[in-house]
Parts: sequence; C-alpha cells; structure tokens
Amino acid sequence: MNQSQTILQVPTVKSHAPKTADAIAAVTVNHVGFFYGAHQALFDICLNIPAGEVMAFIGPSGCGKSTFLRTLNRMNDLIAGARLTGSVTVAGEDIYANSTDVVSLRKRVGMVFQKSNPFPKSIFDNVAYGPRIHGVSNKNELEEIVELCLMRADLWSEVKDRLFASALNLSGGQQQRLCIARALAVKPEILLMDEPASALDPRSTARIEDLIGELRKDFTIVIVTHNMQQAARVSDRTAFFFEGKLIEESDTRQLFTKPVQKQTEDYITGRFG
Amino acid sequence: MSEISTPHTPLTRRNILARPQSESLFVAFSLLIVSGALLFLCVLIVQLLIDGLPRFELSFFTGTPSRIAERAGIFPALMGSLWLMGIVAIFAVPLGVGAAVYLEEYAPKNWLTGFIELNIANLAGVPSIIYGLLGLQLFVRICGFERSVLSGGLTLSLVVLPVIIIAAREALRNVPKSLREGALALGATQWQSIFHHVLPNATPGILTGCILAFSRAIGETAPLITMGALTYVATAPSTPLSAFTALPIQAFNWISRPQAAFHTNAAAAISLLLVVLLTFNIIAVILRAKLERRN
Repeated sequence: MNQSQTILQVPTVKSHAPKTADAIAAVTVNHVGFFYGAHQALFDICLNIPAGEVMAFIGPSGCGKSTFLRTLNRMNDLIAGARLTGSVTVAGEDIYANSTDVVSLRKRVGMVFQKSNPFPKSIFDNVAYGPRIHGVSNKNELEEIVELCLMRADLWSEVKDRLFASALNLSGGQQQRLCIARALAVKPEILLMDEPASALDPRSTARIEDLIGELRKDFTIVIVTHNMQQAARVSDRTAFFFEGKLIEESDTRQLFTKPVQKQTEDYITGRFG
Repeated sequence: MSEISTPHTPLTRRNILARPQSESLFVAFSLLIVSGALLFLCVLIVQLLIDGLPRFELSFFTGTPSRIAERAGIFPALMGSLWLMGIVAIFAVPLGVGAAVYLEEYAPKNWLTGFIELNIANLAGVPSIIYGLLGLQLFVRICGFERSVLSGGLTLSLVVLPVIIIAAREALRNVPKSLREGALALGATQWQSIFHHVLPNATPGILTGCILAFSRAIGETAPLITMGALTYVATAPSTPLSAFTALPIQAFNWISRPQAAFHTNAAAAISLLLVVLLTFNIIAVILRAKLERRN
C-alpha cells in the first residue's frame, strides 16, 4: 500500500466554489451490460455519478471505459448491433426507455471527443451550430452565446479577431478548446470527455485540465483518461475499469492512496497497463 | 563491400546494380502503354476535329436539318440534348442522391438492403437498350407521354440512376465518422447532421458522379431510338411533351447517308458533343476544387 503513496502524488482535494443549483444532474447506472453483436464489452456495471463532481474513468486500453462513457449519451446507438442491458438514469429519467428523446438527451449530456472534430466551417459557426439547431435564431443572442462559450473555453482572446476564419486553421489544442466551447453552447448538464487531451502536447493538456477545473463549478464532468496523474489532478472521484468490469470506484485520493482491490493497486503502481 | 547474408537476395554489388535496371524497365514499359493509349485517343480526336471543325459556323448551330448537306444544321438536336440533360438533372439527381442517402444513412443493414445494393450494381451494367424498351412501355405507352422529350429524359434518367446512386454512396461513405458524431453529440437529429454536415462534405464526390452520369446520358443513342426518338425532327422542343431528336441521333442519321458532306456534318455533331462533355467536366473540376478547398 505504501508503494502507491510514493509513486503517485495526489494533490490535496481542491475546495469548490458553491455550485450553481440549477441544471446539474446525477447519473445512476444499474447492472449495465453492453454487447457489440455477440461480443460482450461491459459486464454488470453499477455506478453512481454524483451531481456537480468530476469523475474519472481509468483503466488499461480496451477495458471498456470509452464504450461505457458512450452509453451515457447513447452515442453507441450509431453502431450496428449495439445492445444494452440494465438501466442508465440521468436526473431520474431512464435514458434507454422507448419514449426517450435521444436528441434532447444529447443536448443535456454533451460530449468532447479524443480527436478534436471541428466542423469545416468558421469558428463562429462551429459554436453557433448547437444553439441554431435548437431554435436560437436571433443574431445578437447567438453572438452573446458564442462569446460566452469561447471565453469559458479559454479560447476567446485567441480568436476574437478572426471569428469567421475557418476552424480548421486552428492548432490542435485550440481546436479541442473550440470543441469544448461548442459543447458548452447547448448548455448541457453533464459533460462527457473522452480522453480530451490525449492528442495534445503537455502545454495544451495543462490548459485543458485548468479548464476542467473551472468548468467543474457548473457541470457534472466525466472524463476518460489513460493518464493516471491526470485523473489524480482533476477528478473528485475515480472509477477503475478492467476487461469490461468496474473493479473499484471511490474518492480519488482514496483510490490512489488506499485502493481496496488488488487489481486497482497493481494498475496504479504500474505492474500492468 | 562485405556480404551480409539474409534470407533474401544477398547484398552483392551485382544485385544492387540489377535492381534499378528492372525497375526502370518496368517504368519504361508502363510509360509505353500509357503513351500508346493516349496516342490512340489523340489520333481519334484530332481526326474527328479535322473532319468536323470546318463545319463549325453559325449557320450550322442555328440551322435545321435539311436534305442539302451544306444547309443542314444542328439546332434542334442540340436543343434536344440540352432538354434531355435538364430532365435527367431534375429527376435522376435528386432521386439518386436521395436513394443513396437512404441506403447509406437510414436503411437497416439486413438482407433486403444487401439485395437492393446488389441489384443496383447490376443495373449499372445492363445494356442501355433494355432501358429503352422499358421506357417505351412505361413512359411512352402506359404514362401516355408519347414519344416526347419527357419520355426520353425519363428513360435516360433510369439509365444513369444506378451510376449516380453508386457514386453518391461512395461519397457518403468517405465522410469521416467524426463529423457525424460531432453533430449528433450536440443534439442534432440524424437529418440535421446529414443535411448540414454529411451532404456538404460528400458534395464533391456526388458532383463527380453526376458529371459521369451526364457524360453517359448525353451519348446514349440506343435507348432513345428504341423508345422512339425520331431521326428527322425540324424543330427544337418547346414543351416537355414535344417530339425531339438528340445530338447522337442526328449524327447517326447523317452518317447513314451516302454523301460525304453529310459525314462532315456528322463529324461536326460529334465534335460538338465532345465540346459539351468537356464543358461539363471543366465545370465539375472547378466546382470540386472550390468545394474541396472549403472543406
């Protein structure tokens, strides 16, 4: 157990500013199994993601953490033969019920992908796309939303003079922050981030992590990362996955200093992964 | 130079010098074949232009067919071909792109869609005269459009529909998944993600497919003759239900006459066809370049 303490420096838990009370949701996952056709990728996952906190999913490659993340906003529906058993509840509603409106689910549960995927449009149109398709047509309103979201994503100062330039001309780190701004523009309650900094250099990564530190005040954030130090830096709670199963989930500090399961300890001390 | 023994050819001086030789031999051979093919094509086109270009004067373009070769003009045929292309554009393009969008984006992947895909691929290879027979029965007789430019255009639409569907599907398949996911993750409906992102991204490819389709349609003679396009028509079509003729049919008509002067006319008609085709292709290339730069 002592090995974990020396290998991983766990920062002191940051104190949070009081959270905005509205539009923060919790996710409850009950006995979820997930299948790609005949192949089972997730086994009996039970998890509770508290509102207003940052939860990290860690685990070796192929352990199912990205698959599980995508079940939370039903992005796996896009894959033929994908099937889920069990239930996933977001703010009290079963999101896999027949009556669920997937479109409004994805508005409430936003996602940022591993490889940034800005639209081949202008920076402004990228951020404005979400609000536009959800009914905002007033030009002033759109300009306000774009400015606000770019500021929150720590990108405004860099692009304010070229809002109508193509988003594809931005650097990798800037594109990822643009994708975050784009996700924020639809005012989600929960933000899912699938290894958002894995394709970025260390400086951009640090900026993204600072950004998460800022955003945690207003959103529930779930971040998948293969970088344990990153999980230790940014999250309140951490869940460790292995071979499609949830091995352990607890307070971040606790998981990294006093893990209960041996597999968890082996992973975080680098015995495998 | 020391010999390093490997399972493959040893790195001897002889073998090293031999390699570039066989490579350059292959390159030379390939160049020969390509030059041969291009040369053949050039000879064909040059011969055609030599025969036909002298006839390129205003009276040729504005005149109507005549028994006198020097007075025969191509105006009704040119207009007929343009009308046909217009009708193909109106019917085949939306239908073809729509079918491709449905098959690629909405249809469940089961045996039925697989069967449809197979059939479309086969239909692209069916001899076009069969479409002519279909057009004759369906459009001319059952629908009652008679032997009009509408029937001709619809028949040609059937001929090129498989080509457009296949090209459009390829273009849609090449749209990166990340683009769709980005849109859907914001709460877009499938139609919104297709209309705002996927289709614009696939447009260069779809455009190329449409140009290929037009190029094919403009030269098709057999289906038009089968469904009854007349070879002697003195006026350009004025309504979709007018009688019509087309450039390849007019050329065919002129070639069949014994007088050499008519053969010159035929060469001129075919040259005009080539010019129209070239124009289509240039427009397509420009449009593609513009769109791809935007993407």
